[in-house]
Amino acid sequence: MSTEVAPDTQTPATYKVIGTRPVRHDSADKVTGKAVYTDDLHVPNMVFGAFVRSPHAHARIVSIDTSDAEKMPGVLATCTSADLPDPWDKVDNLGEGCVNYAHLSGNVLARNKALYKGHAVAAVAATDSYLAQEAARRIRVEYEPLPATMCVQDAMRNDAPLLHDELITHTLDDKPARPSNIASHIQFEKGNVDEGFAAADVVIEREFKTATVHQGYIEPHVSVALWNEDGRLKIWTATQGSFVVRQQMAELLKMPVSQITIVPCEIGGGFGGKISVYEQPVAAVLSRKCGRPVKIMMQRDEVFEATGPTPASFMRVKLGATKDGKLTAGKAWLAFDAGAFPGGVIGPGAMCVFSCYDLPHATVDGFDVVLNKPKTQAYRAPGSTHVAFATECVIDELAERLKIDPIEFRLNNAAKEGTRRVDGPVYPRVGLVECLQAIQESDHWKTPLTGPNRGRGVACGFWFNCGLKSSVTANVNADGTVTLVEGSTDIGGTRTSIAMQLAETLGITAEDVIPQVVDTDSVGFTDVTGGSRTTFATGLAAHEAALDIQKQMVEQAAQIWECSPDEVTVADGVYQGNGKSLSFKALAVEADKVGIPIVGRGVVDPQCSTNAFAVNLVDVEVDPETGKVTILRFTVCQDAGKAIHPSYVEGQMQGGSAQGIGWALNEEYFYGDDGHMRNASFLDYRMPTCYDLPMIDTIIVEVANPDHPYGVRGVGEVPIVPPPPAIANAIYRATGVRFFELPMSPPTVWNAIKGQTTGE
Amino acid sequence: MKTHVTTTINGATVEFLCQPRQSLLAVLRDELSLTGCKEGCNNGNCGACTVMLDGLPVDSCLVLAVEAEGAEIETVEGIAEQGHLHPLQQCFLEGAALQCGICTPGFLVTAKALLEKNPQPSEQEIRFGLAGNLCRCTGYDKIVRAVQAASQASPES
Amino acid sequence: MIDFEYAAPTQLDEAIRLLAAAGDGTRILAGGTDIIVQLREGLRSADLVVDIKKISELTQLKLSGDKGLHLGASVSCRRIYDDQNIAASYPGLADAVRIIGGWQIQSRASVGGNLCNSSPAADAIPPLIAYSATAHIAGPGGKRMVPVEEFCTAPGHNILQQGELLVALTLPPQPSNAGSAYQRFIPRNEMDIAVAGAASWVQLDQSGERIEQARIALSAVAPTPVFAVDASEWLKGQVVSEEVFAEAGELAKRVASPIDDMRGTAEYRTHLVGVLTKRTLATACQRARK
Repeated sequence: MSTEVAPDTQTPATYKVIGTRPVRHDSADKVTGKAVYTDDLHVPNMVFGAFVRSPHAHARIVSIDTSDAEKMPGVLATCTSADLPDPWDKVDNLGEGCVNYAHLSGNVLARNKALYKGHAVAAVAATDSYLAQEAARRIRVEYEPLPATMCVQDAMRNDAPLLHDELITHTLDDKPARPSNIASHIQFEKGNVDEGFAAADVVIEREFKTATVHQGYIEPHVSVALWNEDGRLKIWTATQGSFVVRQQMAELLKMPVSQITIVPCEIGGGFGGKISVYEQPVAAVLSRKCGRPVKIMMQRDEVFEATGPTPASFMRVKLGATKDGKLTAGKAWLAFDAGAFPGGVIGPGAMCVFSCYDLPHATVDGFDVVLNKPKTQAYRAPGSTHVAFATECVIDELAERLKIDPIEFRLNNAAKEGTRRVDGPVYPRVGLVECLQAIQESDHWKTPLTGPNRGRGVACGFWFNCGLKSSVTANVNADGTVTLVEGSTDIGGTRTSIAMQLAETLGITAEDVIPQVVDTDSVGFTDVTGGSRTTFATGLAAHEAALDIQKQMVEQAAQIWECSPDEVTVADGVYQGNGKSLSFKALAVEADKVGIPIVGRGVVDPQCSTNAFAVNLVDVEVDPETGKVTILRFTVCQDAGKAIHPSYVEGQMQGGSAQGIGWALNEEYFYGDDGHMRNASFLDYRMPTCYDLPMIDTIIVEVANPDHPYGVRGVGEVPIVPPPPAIANAIYRATGVRFFELPMSPPTVWNAIKGQTTGE
Repeated sequence: MKTHVTTTINGATVEFLCQPRQSLLAVLRDELSLTGCKEGCNNGNCGACTVMLDGLPVDSCLVLAVEAEGAEIETVEGIAEQGHLHPLQQCFLEGAALQCGICTPGFLVTAKALLEKNPQPSEQEIRFGLAGNLCRCTGYDKIVRAVQAASQASPES
Repeated sequence: MIDFEYAAPTQLDEAIRLLAAAGDGTRILAGGTDIIVQLREGLRSADLVVDIKKISELTQLKLSGDKGLHLGASVSCRRIYDDQNIAASYPGLADAVRIIGGWQIQSRASVGGNLCNSSPAADAIPPLIAYSATAHIAGPGGKRMVPVEEFCTAPGHNILQQGELLVALTLPPQPSNAGSAYQRFIPRNEMDIAVAGAASWVQLDQSGERIEQARIALSAVAPTPVFAVDASEWLKGQVVSEEVFAEAGELAKRVASPIDDMRGTAEYRTHLVGVLTKRTLATACQRARK
């Protein structure tokens, strides 16, 4: 069975549209090759840009000489950091993390120092892409190489090479006197952790390491910029958030947002990696300098080396429990690599580390550490996967030590309504307990796993999900359909999940809604498609727009039926009044003849988290001779609040699980001693192919989110969180060896098994 | 120097001029506006650029356009016929077998080739046949199921 | 990528003339799955690319009872395993060509190209060595034949001289009591470069219990694919058993001199030689008995 909806968690309300599986509105375009992605655009008179990138992991830039390149026929413009305005030291929230514009500008084009291999140093525009690449090779950059630091623990040492001479740790403690690579030290505390550990019968403390991994979207970063003679800038781009691109462009180029239009094309995956700008400001400057539209598309190695992967980490987690299986205290020490500039994902990591459990006493120390790797970015539940690997492995070991079933142990301690997280917030109604129970009830759990070298593992995961700003307008058409205008770029079917909420509220079909994702001039401000917020928050906006339409329709009906609006009732999309009755569609046709146009408006900025939990159950088989792990069976259970379009909820669960499996088993940035990534291709950065995975069974739990009219929770991110620890726990049961490092690649697993049998 | 190439694309004779270094992918997309095939990696590792060349699926980024002289090429644009979606396209659509959609054209071309060669493939045969196409969104579950559904819907069965 | 000239000769002598006349910036294009990547990434450059797929001798694929397998240099992997008779007669070769890249790569990539690219990790070379295949080379000085195990000289280098071209590979006819297998170890199940690979070929006696002849070849554990001569010699006369396979694996390890890189450590690769030799011998013997 692929999908179950755990019956006792279904919301009582019955819906006509929500919970059904209509064909998504954009899919005919996407199965015929007609959907327009950014690289599909050929803007008239367009030219092509290419980057010059640092061959060194850390180097002072002594000089840049663009003169030879500029002499080449067909070369139209060059660009260095000198062409960007002096950046300001200002911090903004981009929805899935904050950005300091001085750092962002320095990441877009290096100033003074190149901070990682692949760091953009200059760029050139030419009449064809081959020429642009050739011209880029003719830009001469003189470097003075500097010692590089590549791992979190090394970078934190007092004698480590410094990336930023003025970086003073941001901390609650006394401000350090000397600069370091530690950008910030986050601390959370709840209760009295010493007392908590004193009350424990068993205490386990372990150290964990995880490697840098990439989001791995198939579409490289690509943009076309047109800086017009009137000073207006238009950018077609692949982005998770057109408005945050506009905001970043305005800040980096010091121009008003009203001068910039961002056109979001179809986007070929993002997972958190397509929020920050990279090539967009450079394409813009080149366009300004040459007077023609400029397209820049990254090659795959540039995507790996010079966009934002998610960090490597070093973590220490300690947990204590009583004999009867109650957690008493937790302590976490977490250091995440931020990449070359401060502001990694340590914040959410520190908040998530104990988020699945009701811990009376806990402390968390988190460190944001800069080093000579690309600036890290969000990747699907940023930070949470790292810390879940640590916590869920220790939890598993505690359960084993206490001889308690791993699910029962988790149920004993599961976070629920009223649980206060170590970073402060108290959960409203959440669904972790229901997810664990649904796993216990699953066919998978009830079917014993047999055979040699096989093991079964379980793990939980949490992600906040955010709210943030969304705007929509909805125009009622003369034929009774509704055009829904929105600013949320659609990466995985959100046009449809949002349209379905509008349809449900209005009592029309999903097919009668025509969703359109439009540019930044054509809709109100909308935050990124990220934070698992789009179906929740933009859906909420669509619901508001529908209520707005309904109100106007009632007024129109009253006018047509010559009665008071108070006398018009609406149920299931049927309007009744003065003894008359019309469906929404029929009323819209009538209203079009007599009344003013009906336009609904929905603007929201929900401040809440929608709190998603997921639980994985996984069976593995380990080849003891090679260390290779095969996933035999995989079940993901998740609280969706309410699954608007179950197919796309399952799709998020399956896709996130697959990414989590890749992270667990094979994905990593493999660095040489020179600080160069050795595997910057899809051949050697080993994301799962379909031949590496089984079917991924899904169980959707529906514990309604109290902050949404239909109970929706975000679903996009949390499924990536539990797979690494669930797989580690399964491998342990297959081999008797616990793993503390990601990825658990064949050589690592083989080494560990060998160490166990030889007593190493 | 540009070379003149005559080829057949989706059943129609097409002529184009290209530089020898240009890949078939680049010419299809940039010269012929057949942008259905996508560039994901430009070195034969992701399959987003898959097209049929003389009856076999190839990564069009690893074919020189000049090699297409006299060849028969089919692209994703040629899968739907006379305004009707191919059963595979219909199954992808109904089975939610796509999210961002960038890999979808490549999967459809490979899957169509697979079903033409083996109308009733097992799950493992489907997974092996599609291993040259990367998808990062779906976890492949619904893609495999869509191909299974299409194989059951096909007239051969 | 700098532009280049392109030529697609239809006659072998025309190709040889072109190759001989051109400088060292001439590159041969068969399936293109290596050379196009190398040109694009600047690992190699070209003034002239000679497409050899239109030369009929190079596209011949012929199986005959007395002469064995004639494999034109540009024949794609796909054509080899699509031919049921060839796949059944040379299962070790079929094992390899089924796993070189995905289907899209196999539609184009050739065994000849795999040999001429001369990667230490080439999947098709160990089975060729195990089958005692011969490389048929043509050049301005005429034709010559070279055993495949002598073809590669270093990573990316081989014995082909300026102006020479690999025309075909021939594999001897297979007696009914012979069997072969190729396996590589990769972290994924497809789309990967071998961490280590082993091909085993055996000929059993009439009883099927004793090994009369054996040839083992390895990839990704030395600067070139290597013939594991000691292990192969030792197997002659041994009775088929798991212990014998394991011992042959231990002997095969002695020719492995792998490097540490992102695909695996030297220790791990050497270990895998033992595992893969053992496993491919078992499969080869099983196939020989059928």
